[in-house]
Amino acid sequence: MMHTAEVLKVFAEHRGDAIVISGRGGRHWMQISDTALDLPLGDPAMGGHSGFGLGLALAQPNKRVVLFDSEGDILMSLGQLPTIAEQAPANFYHFLLDNEVYATTGGQPVPGAKQVDYAGIARASGYPRAHSFTEPEDFSRELPGILAAPGPVFVALKVLPEVENTPIGQRVRWRKRTTDKVVGDLRSALGVA
Amino acid sequence: MNDVSTVALSPETVMRQMKQNGVTDIVWLPDSETNWLYLLMKADPDLRLVGVTREGHACSITAGLYAGGRKPMILIQNTGMLESGDSIRGWLMGLNVPVVLMVGYRGYTRHGVNTDTAATYTERFLMAFNIPFYLIENDSDSDRITKAFELAERIRQPVVVLVGDEYHGFNR
Repeated sequence: MMHTAEVLKVFAEHRGDAIVISGRGGRHWMQISDTALDLPLGDPAMGGHSGFGLGLALAQPNKRVVLFDSEGDILMSLGQLPTIAEQAPANFYHFLLDNEVYATTGGQPVPGAKQVDYAGIARASGYPRAHSFTEPEDFSRELPGILAAPGPVFVALKVLPEVENTPIGQRVRWRKRTTDKVVGDLRSALGVA
Repeated sequence: MNDVSTVALSPETVMRQMKQNGVTDIVWLPDSETNWLYLLMKADPDLRLVGVTREGHACSITAGLYAGGRKPMILIQNTGMLESGDSIRGWLMGLNVPVVLMVGYRGYTRHGVNTDTAATYTERFLMAFNIPFYLIENDSDSDRITKAFELAERIRQPVVVLVGDEYHGFNR
């Protein structure tokens, strides 16, 4: 198992000019980078991050688009994977932060928490490449090669849960920009506003 | 004798409207009204088709396409729209995505007496979400598609075009 913050720190060294959809890793990624190419979307509607990443990758084929998805989101929208594989954006890098639980609701296990092979599902859905990592050393060693090769690629990462039990209304908001501002900032930076 | 433009909605007319309004991508899930339109869309080299397996997925994909500078349109049936409520709310309305959704109006009858609950709840759903909508039934209504695009741009929100032509036209 890895720490999400640790995973993101390793990735940051190889990020380049990629657009980063930080997903469930957003709170940690904010500490690393919060530019117009960073998309801390929060949770517009669960299960949709992979679709958003696909759309953005298709729209910007000359930019690498990196998504940090979660297993709860993936399970809610498994059907997105064949669509992504069919469209096959070569610039799409689909990382999964799998902590095996619904962390924001108190840590209840997701269905099949210990059994689901997400990289296997991605591969069977048509992703040409898929990897799984549980140890930070292995991830750190393989990441440059993964990012150097064309996508779409799926990278399942086992991470430690960071369970939140504070009532939602009392949680400290970590995002500095509203979701629509995040999108507006990106469009301006890309020159498509 | 009826003018053909008042009795059917032709796929060519819908395609013309899409092109006039600069649509670049169709995010869609086939329904029984759109098979002939599919052939036309597929034959157009300037139009990308993104097929989804569940209609709600179309919303997040569309949001991503829009964020990256494309002009997508969603093509689904009302049954799928009903299923997509949270995705419409979060990915389209929440991100201020000015997109047109063309929605097959399954069960629609002009006289308002229907036996299909998909039709019963379609307009009520849209009103509950405060999503503006237009109804088109035949070619003579097609300028409402352009009006929908114009409205979506003006209010920076999704606008629906209900396609009340289930049994002919698209199907041929």
